[in-house]
Amino acid sequence: MTAENPYIPYTATVEETWYETGGDRCIKTFKVVFDDEDVRTNWNHRPGQCAMIGILGVGESMISISCSPTEGEFLRFSVMKMGKVTQALHQLEPGDKMMVRGPYGNSFPVDDWHGKQILTVGGGVGQAPLRPVVEYVKANRDKYAGLTMIYGARTSGDLCFKGEFEEMSKSDGLSCHLTIDVEEEGWGHNVGFVPQMLLDLNPSPEDTIVITCGPPIMIRFVLENLKKLGFADEQIYTTLENRMKCGIGKCGRCNAGGMYVCKDGPVFSYAVLKDIPEAFA
Amino acid sequence: MSAMLLNKEKWPEFIGKLTGKNLWAPKLEGEAMRFAPVAEDEVPELTDGNTRIPPKNIVFPQTETMYRFQLGDFEMKEPELKEEMILLGIRPCDARAMVIVDKLFSWDVDDPYYLKRRELVTLVGLACSEPGLNCFCTSLGGGPASTEGLDLLMVDLGDSYLLETITPKGEALVSEVSELLIEADTEKIKMKKKMVSESEGKIKRSVDHKGIPEGLPGLWEDPLWKSVSASCLGCGTCTYLCPTCHCFDIQDETEGFEARRCRMWDSCMFEEYTLHTSGHNPRPTRRERTRNRINHKYNYYVDKFDVIACVGCGRCINLCPVNIDIVEILRQVKEAL
Repeated sequence: MTAENPYIPYTATVEETWYETGGDRCIKTFKVVFDDEDVRTNWNHRPGQCAMIGILGVGESMISISCSPTEGEFLRFSVMKMGKVTQALHQLEPGDKMMVRGPYGNSFPVDDWHGKQILTVGGGVGQAPLRPVVEYVKANRDKYAGLTMIYGARTSGDLCFKGEFEEMSKSDGLSCHLTIDVEEEGWGHNVGFVPQMLLDLNPSPEDTIVITCGPPIMIRFVLENLKKLGFADEQIYTTLENRMKCGIGKCGRCNAGGMYVCKDGPVFSYAVLKDIPEAFA
Repeated sequence: MSAMLLNKEKWPEFIGKLTGKNLWAPKLEGEAMRFAPVAEDEVPELTDGNTRIPPKNIVFPQTETMYRFQLGDFEMKEPELKEEMILLGIRPCDARAMVIVDKLFSWDVDDPYYLKRRELVTLVGLACSEPGLNCFCTSLGGGPASTEGLDLLMVDLGDSYLLETITPKGEALVSEVSELLIEADTEKIKMKKKMVSESEGKIKRSVDHKGIPEGLPGLWEDPLWKSVSASCLGCGTCTYLCPTCHCFDIQDETEGFEARRCRMWDSCMFEEYTLHTSGHNPRPTRRERTRNRINHKYNYYVDKFDVIACVGCGRCINLCPVNIDIVEILRQVKEAL
């Protein structure tokens, strides 16, 4: 066997875990650190990339890396409890081992966006791949004109990363707009769907980059409304997901049209995406 | 390149020299011909026609251990792939298929399992004198005596085989059996040319793929996908028996504390292939899956690797239980352009 085998994962230790949301399909966040010092040092991911995480004997799943490299030598994954692998992952507690390989895919071209206003539009667990961009911009605040975040979920209990919003709204040039689908007692923010909130906020397309991620139906209407607001295709980015096994463009299944989401994506500009026939399938 | 001649009287001796070297050849097992190891005292006869099961499993096993581990432990042990092998009697289309699949498995990130097996195998081809009913290799850049991917090509000239070396691997093999061979004279080369041209003439099916790779995106919503997939059972035979289909699944298997992570052939014709855990499926019906299969071979692969991922072996036509015919699909695609 050759020295480099991309299918062999690294071991990482779970340092901290917490629940972002509750319920049957709860989302749990894992903060993990690679066991090997060289791996820790050499690991270099960019906002928007993913990793194959899993448990030996159970399997692997492709999960967005939900932290920015600027946050430190650790990784964060926010995992919804859905299938065999994610259920097993949910049983992990601090001190347990998780297998990680990657990072995979392209990334948001954040360094090409210097000087721009960044607008993120997220829904539900779709905020996970957007969070690294938010954190990256915060860490490089002087390089960006500002950041506006629109984030919504069905209920307040379905919002991820809750503790991080308050602080954001207080920072200069950063703003955070939350919305939920149905009114709740004590909810001091917007009520309504994310695409409508986008229209209501009426952001200027000038020198702005928008990135959006969420349920397909949300993305569809967000894109529609962005066009209404005058955004050009090249200003809009999103990130796709599909079933994946290898992560390196071999196993075949994650293609949307001729693009492998694991390698050619997951990040696509709408200028590219609009010509991919299966992109929103 | 050198051209040598092996008199068929020396065939058993020729085989005898190779059987110790992990020799594989076509073998009839039940009613299906497939490549199988040749035993020490066995002398395989090379017959007309191609194997039902393509030799892709030699370099891409149907199920392959990626690494072994003990449950609760984190040490992963990779298989040692080091045994060389000789594949005798592979048809030119199947060797060409390997060249096509090589592109994918070495695209950006090398796939160590596949590439190691490719390095270890010597491909001894056999030119086709009797192409099958559904062969259409000549439409796709192949041919009955195409040497692409082969290390050595054998051509049946009746009472002897003409052996043409293509690569250093082929030359090395020939040098080990050199006392059984004589130089081929120009007469024999002429015989080969005649045989090949006759064989090409026997290929009755063809695909005119000009314009198809560029035209397929425009046919995305064409009604033809519904009609060509209407009878599909979703059995996956077309992809399992396709020498260029390379898609795989990865699964963990455990028995007690012994465990392995392995990969196995998968098929884009299966519903589960693209099914998300949420229940959402981006390719929910056989219409989308058939459209993907054709697009992958005749459009996406061309975009990425500049070659059509189909060699015209005809297996998917021969073995489809409901007679779905890729040549006919492509004819309809062409017509709809």
